[in-house]
Amino acid sequence: MKPIVKVHNVAKRYRIGSAETASDLRETIYKAFRAPFRRYKKNLNGDGDAATTLWALKDISFEVQPGEIFGIIGRNGAGKSTLLKILSRVTQPTTGHIELFGRMGSLLEVGTGFHPELTGRENVFLNGAVLGMARAEIRRKFDEIIAFAEIERFLDTPVKHYSSGMYMRLAFAVAAFLEPEILVVDEVLAVGDVEFQQKCLGKMGDLRRHGRTVLIVSHNMASIVNLCQRALLLERGKIIADGVPADVIQKYLSQAKSVLGQIVWPDLETAPGNDDVRLRSVSILQEGIVGPTADVGISKEVLVEIVYENLKAGAPLYSGIWLKTGSGTFVLSSGNAPSMSLAVDPWYAQPHPRGTFRSVCRIPGNFLNEGSYSITAIVGKSPQNTQILEESIVSFQVHDTGEMRKEYLGSWAGPVVRPRLAWNTRHIES
Amino acid sequence: MSAATTNDYALQPDEGAGVVASVASALPDEPLTTIQSTNSWGLFDFQEIWAHRELLYFLTWRDLKVRYKQTLLGVLWIVMQPLLMTLIFTVVLGKLARVPTGGVPYALIAFVGLIAWMFISNGIFGCSTSMVANANLITKIYFPRVLVPVSFIGTRILDLFMSLIILAVFLLIYRFGLHAHIQIGWSLAGLPLIILLATLFTLSLGILLAALNVKYRDISMALPVLIQLWMFLSPVVYPASIIPPQWQRLYSLNPVVGLIEGFRGTLLGTGFNKFAIAVSTVTTLVLIFVAAIVFNRVEKKFADVI
Repeated sequence: MKPIVKVHNVAKRYRIGSAETASDLRETIYKAFRAPFRRYKKNLNGDGDAATTLWALKDISFEVQPGEIFGIIGRNGAGKSTLLKILSRVTQPTTGHIELFGRMGSLLEVGTGFHPELTGRENVFLNGAVLGMARAEIRRKFDEIIAFAEIERFLDTPVKHYSSGMYMRLAFAVAAFLEPEILVVDEVLAVGDVEFQQKCLGKMGDLRRHGRTVLIVSHNMASIVNLCQRALLLERGKIIADGVPADVIQKYLSQAKSVLGQIVWPDLETAPGNDDVRLRSVSILQEGIVGPTADVGISKEVLVEIVYENLKAGAPLYSGIWLKTGSGTFVLSSGNAPSMSLAVDPWYAQPHPRGTFRSVCRIPGNFLNEGSYSITAIVGKSPQNTQILEESIVSFQVHDTGEMRKEYLGSWAGPVVRPRLAWNTRHIES
Repeated sequence: MSAATTNDYALQPDEGAGVVASVASALPDEPLTTIQSTNSWGLFDFQEIWAHRELLYFLTWRDLKVRYKQTLLGVLWIVMQPLLMTLIFTVVLGKLARVPTGGVPYALIAFVGLIAWMFISNGIFGCSTSMVANANLITKIYFPRVLVPVSFIGTRILDLFMSLIILAVFLLIYRFGLHAHIQIGWSLAGLPLIILLATLFTLSLGILLAALNVKYRDISMALPVLIQLWMFLSPVVYPASIIPPQWQRLYSLNPVVGLIEGFRGTLLGTGFNKFAIAVSTVTTLVLIFVAAIVFNRVEKKFADVI
């Protein structure tokens, strides 16, 4: 099939702290006098000073098919927003080009151009025009937009008196009725309450049914998995993966080698503990990811590895963890005592010879909710006799990979855990 | 109901395939848009500007709406400023210093001078800061950037008309109530032309400064002082006729002289200084050209720099 968007070798360079930043006249005049040929020389050399240039994007090439919902993911600074800005023509690529075979509309932010002093009605027209809708088109869709935003009663109230929820709903509603052939969207799904998010996602599905092409940048893995047919992973301005969303997201998680997923004490002398036992490291691991990681997928087991050094031969040792959410809610406390664990840990309460030991606790997949969590590592002689307790020393982020979002696409925010439970419904009476 | 909406987007893999196929077959052979670095030296892309005319309308409309909503007295404020200044200058220069005005009441000379000058100076200053003021739009949405200063001038033109209405009332009072010596007649026909010239002058200088102000914020710092200075070098609160004849040519090299005297000539029938108007016209034409080239050259980088 013929692609609707063709991106050829797009690159974008920013100059840091030099010619392209807003500078003052004084500086420019001063530089011109001090080194009149500098600018000229720089142009001759092409790239300029490597220290003052940053390639936000390099060698970006891909094609998007008509009717595709195409996701772009990557961590902060990977170049997602720059790519989106180039696609939406806000800024130009330094080299390369993009061909669009259809009318393009972009949505880098909801409510661009909204003015607090104007009423809801006036802002709909203004924002519509800003997004590229003709006046007749806005007039035609006006009632639908207002109904979608659920603000009928406040139509003639200045939006400065709106609640933030109403404001966002109205802003999104205008955008939702934008119907270009190619829609370029930045993370706008995470607005409003759950019910409204549902409506927005429904609207996305509509776009696809009508054969529209959508390019979407998002941190919301679930929406990428469920809405997109293809996804692109950017890392430091380059394409790392391009393909089926589930594979790309797995790659994203395995790329996430953050130091936050592990803490190591290289010097035993200063490591937490005492003359009997000291910690060596605490790490978060997950199958499919090489090495410790601060980012884990929601559906697979999360392994907490505690490595400790026993300095006194013959002592019985016990290990345990606390799990808390990023905001400090205590989720669970667990240890390797037989009554607390699923299997008998052979070293529990056994006299340990001197040496290094590794205790691993497995937190099941499809159990924690998405969000951030922290681990407190505990080593003791027994559950009652704690020797080491290092509070919240390692943290990690659970990412939604879409396994529990086949039927429901809205927010799961709120619950601490998200286990799968047994359900059964019977027809007991007619 | 909620179940139905849920199913709405639980799409089957091949759902919509028919629509997609028809969309695909309808794709043009040539791209509608090609996005690439364009560093050419060019003038404005009028086709693009025309395609975005609705946005221009709404930007102007927004500025007007907001201005009239925020202030209790709305329209009144726009004409109050030149009115109060006219009052002050009439007392100081008209009554105390007795600036010679060739028989035309000093208040009218000053009022016309002030509304013309305020249109020009506020326009230049407003245009020059308009890009920075609309940074949120520029970094989020694509449109020909020149629409921002143009829409600003659009609101200023409306203000000018408000002031002209007040002036018309004064003229009638002076002419028929006070039997002042004012020649109102065919010269009025030149008013649209002089407004057009003043608008183009203000707009092109404003656009040029707007382009520079994005990069050098000093412009918006230096402008108020320069504008103040410029005001006294221009026939705003005095008629150009008080300049000695041997200095007239030199004085008229200031392009604003032709514009303000042009307003007086059409509105008060004080005659025209052809040399001064020629200077204004030539300056405006050169400015339009320079502004277009400079603005077009830096326009592409606004979103990165602003």
